Amino acid sequence: MKARVTIMPQAAVLDPAGVATADALKHLGFEGVRSVRIGKSIELDLEHATEEELHQACRDLLSNPIMEDYHLEIFS
Amino acid sequence: MITPDSISQHGLSMEEYEKILSLLGRQPSIEELGVFSVMWSEHCSYKNSRLELKKFPTDGPKVLVKAGEENAGVLDLGDGWAIAFKIESHNHPSALEPFQGAATGVGGIIRDIFTMGARPLFLMNSLRFGSITGNSQRAAENRRLFAGVVAGIGHYGNSIGIPTIGGEIYFDESYHGNPLVNAFSLGVLKQDQIARGAARGVGNLIFYVGAQTGRDGLAGAAFASRELTEESKADRPAVQVGDPFREKLLLEACLELLATGSVVGIQDMGAAGLTCSTAETASRGGTGVDIDLELVPKRSDDLTSYELLLSESQERMLVIVEEGKEASIERIFKKWELPYAFLGRVTGDGKMKVRRGSQVVVDIPAEALTQEAPLYRREAASWKPPAPLDLQTVPLADPLLVLHELLSYPSIACKRWVWSQYDQTVGNGTVVSAGSDAAVFYVREANKFLAATSDCNAIYCSLDPYEGAKIAVAEAARNLACSGALPLGATDNLNFGNPYKPVSFFQLRAAIEGIAEGCRAFDIPVTGGNVSLYNESPLSSIDPTPTVALVGFIQSPEEITLQHFREPGDIIFLLGAIGSELGGSHYLLVSHKRKEGLPPRVDLGHEKAIHDQLRLLVRLGLVRSAHDCAEGGLAVALAESCFGSSRALSEAAELLGATIDLGNEDLRPDVALFNESQSRLLFSISPHTLTQVEEHLIASGLPFTRLGVVTREPKLSIQLKEKKYQWSTGALYQSWSTSLATIMKDQE
Amino acid sequence: MRAAVLQFPGSNGDYDALMALRSFPEISAQLIWHQESSLDTYDLILLPGGFSYGDYLRSGAIARFSPIMQAVRRAAEEGKWILGICNGFQILCEAGLLPGVLLRNRHLLFCAGEQIVRVETSNTPFTKTISPKSLLRLPIAHGEGCYFASKETLKELLTNDQVLLRYATAQGMTTSEANPNGSLENIAGICNKERNIFGLMPHPERAFEELLGSRDGRKIIESLLASLHGLIQ
Repeated sequence: MKARVTIMPQAAVLDPAGVATADALKHLGFEGVRSVRIGKSIELDLEHATEEELHQACRDLLSNPIMEDYHLEIFS
Repeated sequence: MITPDSISQHGLSMEEYEKILSLLGRQPSIEELGVFSVMWSEHCSYKNSRLELKKFPTDGPKVLVKAGEENAGVLDLGDGWAIAFKIESHNHPSALEPFQGAATGVGGIIRDIFTMGARPLFLMNSLRFGSITGNSQRAAENRRLFAGVVAGIGHYGNSIGIPTIGGEIYFDESYHGNPLVNAFSLGVLKQDQIARGAARGVGNLIFYVGAQTGRDGLAGAAFASRELTEESKADRPAVQVGDPFREKLLLEACLELLATGSVVGIQDMGAAGLTCSTAETASRGGTGVDIDLELVPKRSDDLTSYELLLSESQERMLVIVEEGKEASIERIFKKWELPYAFLGRVTGDGKMKVRRGSQVVVDIPAEALTQEAPLYRREAASWKPPAPLDLQTVPLADPLLVLHELLSYPSIACKRWVWSQYDQTVGNGTVVSAGSDAAVFYVREANKFLAATSDCNAIYCSLDPYEGAKIAVAEAARNLACSGALPLGATDNLNFGNPYKPVSFFQLRAAIEGIAEGCRAFDIPVTGGNVSLYNESPLSSIDPTPTVALVGFIQSPEEITLQHFREPGDIIFLLGAIGSELGGSHYLLVSHKRKEGLPPRVDLGHEKAIHDQLRLLVRLGLVRSAHDCAEGGLAVALAESCFGSSRALSEAAELLGATIDLGNEDLRPDVALFNESQSRLLFSISPHTLTQVEEHLIASGLPFTRLGVVTREPKLSIQLKEKKYQWSTGALYQSWSTSLATIMKDQE
Repeated sequence: MRAAVLQFPGSNGDYDALMALRSFPEISAQLIWHQESSLDTYDLILLPGGFSYGDYLRSGAIARFSPIMQAVRRAAEEGKWILGICNGFQILCEAGLLPGVLLRNRHLLFCAGEQIVRVETSNTPFTKTISPKSLLRLPIAHGEGCYFASKETLKELLTNDQVLLRYATAQGMTTSEANPNGSLENIAGICNKERNIFGLMPHPERAFEELLGSRDGRKIIESLLASLHGLIQ
């Protein structure tokens, strides 16, 4: 079983990486960019795990709940 | 609209609310209540500490900008140059999110320096964490905080390109869950370019420059007020995130702006953001301001007026520009690609007037927010000095083991794990960084050498806050003396518990009096600082921690002195008495798990005489090394002096040894080796100058002991009466140098 | 010698480099803003350390698109000397002017301190007057300095004698203990095949006078001056 966790900075949290990258894209001529947010994607290869365990892993370790939101996808 | 609930959510008392009603002559709007709540908070108004802070000596012939006048004090460095420096805490944000909390703390102190018109030259920091040793959940949590804070400090300083060259770190249970993160910065400027945070000249223009405003740092009261409008997940109060790249642009842009001469005032939007910066500039300028929130650059369009006023988004600045000069200013904003906006004008009516489009949301006399802020003298608990330590109750621990235990104790152990994460050399001014008594920096543009250090032994302060605070000043001054420097000025960071607790307030008051006494004795003006109250761990208040940072002046590069022994055959002296005070010592703490007794006493006149004597010998070119005796006493100071100086990452330091004879001192060995009596320092000299040095020492009338000699063989050997204690310097170095990295292994 | 020090918005080693170059009376050095597009009049182009454009995405990733980098490319083709220090090295790799990449340090922590590097060849204008195997003491300060290249690239680097500096112990051994960041084969600096572009992680511009702890950084500039002298003659 496999799972993918997408972690993004919370909407209200400043994302300096996203701001810098959006500015760079505009410099390159991509005028249509409104904003860029940069997160990370984590792939897990699992022997077994319940959905609840995975959520716990996301909350406790993989994301920082103070500033990030996560989205969990499970593929059997 | 305004209910007793919303008043208390804003941290205001009913008595304070009554005062607001009488100042306004009407009910405040919710925005106005928010403005009062932050302006009358401890952070902005110092309402619980201001009456005490007046006890500090703040004048001096070199003081150009006094404490409290501006964002940071400014001192004369000579030849038309000046320095601005300050220390500031970011304790609570760091407890919440250590990396960003510490990073934004560094960003904030850097802004305080460049808003004075000074180019920031270097950083230091003073840190406190709970215990990090062992397998407990608590220790793991403290390691996480420690690692996060260090990484955050490094991230900000390294990226913006300002070296972090010194500071101090202690670990103690009392900081569990409430770490202390105090960041220091120093900058240099020409005396005729001191910038002011005042809104002068009616009709002048108010510009906003820097990052867009978001919901950063909106907590507590602000969050509560949000429920009045709408509620969604995205509206949760947000952690402040630092953007060192943006700050670098802001720094360069601001220095360029100030050089144009078209800027009449400049103020950082730090804590309490737009509110504090507009109210303070108006109040200092004796003017009013009239701004429109609709024009503020925003991260999202749905920010309420309340949020715009109180947001603590980082890397923003308020700039007041002479009317007619705006074009040249805007050109600079554009060059550095910084968002900016024209918000409004300076007015003559003394009011802080804030609009949102056509609607007036705040209309308050600026002075009501600043001069009229409440002032309290809180209740102080009465105090009895702790019982002196009864030596009978202290079993004699084996000195051979104790020295290893002390050297590997995190507060004393080598901090390489920390400083290797800080860029210490960017800027080409760092002469001495982490690892000696004080950092030394070459201010190239002014051709001057500065030394800086920060100190505070909070164990002493918890046992006797007055004496402990005096010692913090004495030790910092001693560190400067050992580096060859004369103190110029002080900045302090007062970290205490809840001032409504009589014990905490007593500690605060006593520590302020101790610092004031110390600074007067050394003739050092306090040029500013910061007060952080309500530092409470789940169990109790933190140990009172009045951190003192001193900046000193070194006459010439030849007078820069390091702690490390230089040549075998050099003769080692102790200047000061052998001492015998064990109360509050690290020996008691580490080997006996006891934090008690009467901490050492310090006679400030004697202490100063010791420093003056050392500086005299340094000036005469007679001193090869000098090191302060502090935590762990004489034995730890001797061991550290045997470890060579090294900034190298992969090489071990060069090791020397020392053969010491303490003679027939009638002391228990643990007392002789590990006592922490004050006014003591070690120094070494070349054997050729022995007669000359001894003549000077005898003439001074100060106590001193010729302790022994530096040896090539890496062994530390101390003779006390008929007993000889001997250690391999290599083994001691191993204990000292690997301890922190081993403890922190799981964080890598 | 005429030297240009490029200045990106987040550069922080620009003034240090300028200061170090100007300590040589025979060098005239100038800062060049990243929006400029010509570098025609310079013998040496220096890309300093720092945090160009806020290197949040990848170090050097955004800088390589700046207008001045077109000029750097042209200068490189003309055989002018290009020296990339720290972030400058990262930019040169991102721009494809030097092979390989710089990854995050193996232990994931920023590492700063004094480091010994061994000079591997004097067959470049940058190391012409430094004898091979001699040791330089230089500061390092980086979070992404772990040099990596594919097997083929590495082989090519070795065959063409393109490795200029390796992290070493005080005895000159290139052990893993001496490697501060996990770089492949202890590589601290490389040049291109044409030998006119040199990138290195250590900071020679912070080691140009005794006061700062080392003068070893001067040796690279002294080599360039000797090489220029050789060209003129």
